Amino acid sequence: MSINILLSIIVTSLATYISRFLGVLSSVRIKETTRIFRWFNCLAYATLAALIARTIVFPVGVLSDASYSSRILVVLLSLGIFFITKKNFVYPTIFSAISMSLINNYF
Amino acid sequence: MIKKELFLRGYKSILKPDSPAIALGCCFIAIGALLKNIGFNIQESVFSTMLIYALPGSLVMAESILVGSSLLSIFIAVWFVNARLYPMAVSLFPLMMDESQPKWKYYLSCHFIAVSAWLIMKSNYETIKKKDRVDFWIGIGSATWSVAVLSTIIGFYLSDYLNKDMLMGLAILNPIYFTCMMVGAMKTIQITFSVMLGGILGPVFYFFSPEWSILLGGLIGGSIAYLIGEKNVN
Repeated sequence: MSINILLSIIVTSLATYISRFLGVLSSVRIKETTRIFRWFNCLAYATLAALIARTIVFPVGVLSDASYSSRILVVLLSLGIFFITKKNFVYPTIFSAISMSLINNYF
Repeated sequence: MIKKELFLRGYKSILKPDSPAIALGCCFIAIGALLKNIGFNIQESVFSTMLIYALPGSLVMAESILVGSSLLSIFIAVWFVNARLYPMAVSLFPLMMDESQPKWKYYLSCHFIAVSAWLIMKSNYETIKKKDRVDFWIGIGSATWSVAVLSTIIGFYLSDYLNKDMLMGLAILNPIYFTCMMVGAMKTIQITFSVMLGGILGPVFYFFSPEWSILLGGLIGGSIAYLIGEKNVN
């Protein structure tokens, strides 16, 4: 392994593990019925929603080459399929991959 | 030690028809292909997924290596991007804490905290006795982690056969799956507002500070949702 890549992996894994580990340390004193637990629950859901929305609106990597309108169109259509199929997770997910590839290829 | 029955029950949760295994797998296929394209060998690619096991962190690392960033800047950038794991841990581990269980289980299994495993645990924990939940969680985490590692290997070797449109299809799959899961989780006022406000504020704050947008969106959106929910209950 190249030393630079190896060090980058170790540094990245440490930076990732810190947040997880500190979260567990904090959890020792927090009961699930308390207000602070409910607050952190809201923070977790909101942070995840912010991350997902940012991934779609301001993507990095290969998705940034797809147009903004095509990404939004795929999201809206997939959500439509999600509700039509009585909240099935698999159909909209597979649909999104196929439709994104097709839209980007033909439009 | 870990109860085999609970561990296997957790492990098998990714075999359900609506499990995140497909979405998770496709994302790590894309990561495997990306890592090969930036010069990682197979050992480095597998090692990175095993140790990091967080998609945004891996993406930041890959970008940083490409532009030649220092180790310190990689550390800070990844820490910021993955800081979301802290509230995720605090909102999950109190549900599993039990005095009969050894602490090492919690310290090691926190490595499995990721969106997929977190959402599976959140929607299933009530069916498991509190003292057994950590063993169930280790089963879920081991399963999602195995899928991630296996998919990285597949992505690495498939990278020569995947064109840009295919990679784009794989890349959109993960946010769509998690969007559906989050919408499906909107069953209380607090979670509904958390998801909606986080989803709006995350991109909005990006215009002011790309680095802080996720954390600010989560902190402000989540706090407003919490206050709305508490007021409504009272």
